[in-house]
Amino acid sequence: MIGIEHYLSVAAALFVIGVFGIFLNRKNVIVILMSIELMLLSVNINLVAFSAMLGDLAGQVFTMFILTVAAAEAAIGLAILVCFFRNRGTIDVEDVNVMKG
Amino acid sequence: MIFADLSTALPEILLAAYALLALMFGAFGGKDRTAPTLFWATAGLFLILAIWIAASPAETRTAFNGMFVNDAFARFAKVLVLVAAAFVLLMGQSFISRHGFMRFEYPVLIALAVLGMMLMVSASDLIALYMGLELQSLALYVIAAMRRDSLRSTEAGLKYFILGALASGLLLYGASLTYGFAGTTSFAGITEAIGEGDIPLGLLFGLVFLLAGLAFKISAVPFHMWTPDVYEGAPTPVTAFFATAPKVAAMALLARLVHDAFGNVTGDWGQIVAFLAVASMFLGSVAAIGQRDIKRLMAYSSIAHMGYALVGLSAGTAEGVQAMLIYMAIYVTMNIGVFAFILSMSRDGRPVTEIDSLNLYARREPGRGLALMVLMISLAGVPPFLGFWAKYAVLVAAVQAGMVWLAIAAVIASVIGLYYYLRIVYLMYFGQDRAPLDSAMPMLQSGLLMVSAAIMVLGVVNLFGVEGFAALAADSLVR
Repeated sequence: MIGIEHYLSVAAALFVIGVFGIFLNRKNVIVILMSIELMLLSVNINLVAFSAMLGDLAGQVFTMFILTVAAAEAAIGLAILVCFFRNRGTIDVEDVNVMKG
Repeated sequence: MIFADLSTALPEILLAAYALLALMFGAFGGKDRTAPTLFWATAGLFLILAIWIAASPAETRTAFNGMFVNDAFARFAKVLVLVAAAFVLLMGQSFISRHGFMRFEYPVLIALAVLGMMLMVSASDLIALYMGLELQSLALYVIAAMRRDSLRSTEAGLKYFILGALASGLLLYGASLTYGFAGTTSFAGITEAIGEGDIPLGLLFGLVFLLAGLAFKISAVPFHMWTPDVYEGAPTPVTAFFATAPKVAAMALLARLVHDAFGNVTGDWGQIVAFLAVASMFLGSVAAIGQRDIKRLMAYSSIAHMGYALVGLSAGTAEGVQAMLIYMAIYVTMNIGVFAFILSMSRDGRPVTEIDSLNLYARREPGRGLALMVLMISLAGVPPFLGFWAKYAVLVAAVQAGMVWLAIAAVIASVIGLYYYLRIVYLMYFGQDRAPLDSAMPMLQSGLLMVSAAIMVLGVVNLFGVEGFAALAADSLVR
């Protein structure tokens, strides 16, 4: 029997992979966008699992909102990335460094 | 029923309709030629809405099954956000047209960001909270990268986007855990689920993740790393906007979340907020010392100021919330004045942001030099200016709540912070003679600089009555 703990474990693992994908990644910014998506989707797994467990629809409604916002967020992220690429000529994480810090 | 709901949220609905119409007007009515009209129309609408909300009857109304609440607290924050946004929008106009990025999208995006902020401060449900926050953040990501041809601006936008999305992820993870362990997304339901005893472990995890996500939005240490880069890289009018309205909205949202949803476990979030406050105050004060760029300096200054505002919040009392609201109102007024000045800093028509360019400024422009000195000393929190009374209010709230150590830490941090504000004053009056700044300053910017400085001096009499409104707002939040 697959219980709520299994869903939460998978979601937590995906979330941590997403966070580490942002911080440890030295290659390029697209991978960071994928990591962000991974984090949001792990939250969706959490919400849907809780929603099924509680027998309450609010969690699934929340998931729908998150999916919509995630799409908008990806569109904006890619648009900013294209602008950045035009100015810098590269999207390597190591080259996002005109300002220190 | 639906009519009552809609009329409760009428200012927000009007602003949303305006933003969509303005976008159509801009797109079909002559593109960037419509931009000056839209600037004035947007700022005008902000001010009309602010007056309307301020004059609306003092009552608490909820709408949309308790997702949206319009109480004195929300009204206070909304008026502050709208007024700050209107002035910042107008004072940036001359800078934007001078440097050739007058786009009609800018006022529309500001309108959408402000709409997001209004929804944030009225949210009383995790879903409403998330949607308001994202509406604000998505508009701000684009505004940060407004100068598409500038490497610094696009880099600022990219950094803000990545770290902002990370913060949204943390916040959402917290929201999902809170939902799972409380069984509901509404703030009232969460309070009920916690009950009177200890907070369940799952909800505690949710609370910590939610606080981490929101700490990012108010740039509290240790989630501050985006602030200096974004402030420096974004165009100055955008930086001025970042430093004012979104900070108020995020701080109000934080106060609403901890008091409305987690109001009966004050001790649990109080220590987290106190830690954020101490870390922000000290890092903001120490790291600003070495800065050469005034926008970067203002970034660290705003980190420190958020720390002081959090001191008030961590008290966990109505007095604490009141002190925090007063602090934010005064902080926004000071920042509008300082950024009005920074916007006018230029040499041979090119914007300058080095602090060294202020050498002997007061000798060439005594009036503006004096106004800037008043603002800097007020930011540092030296009596008798208003900035001191802001700090005094939060310190009193912390002491009354029995957090004397926090008040002592705040005083030490503000003494450290004094150094870098006074360095600017020193350079203006006793620096070395270097290449001077252009002396021209648009009417509106110099007017706002002078008015803001005058408020710092005259406000000490009675704070212009803000104290009473803040008390009403705090009482409606903390029951």
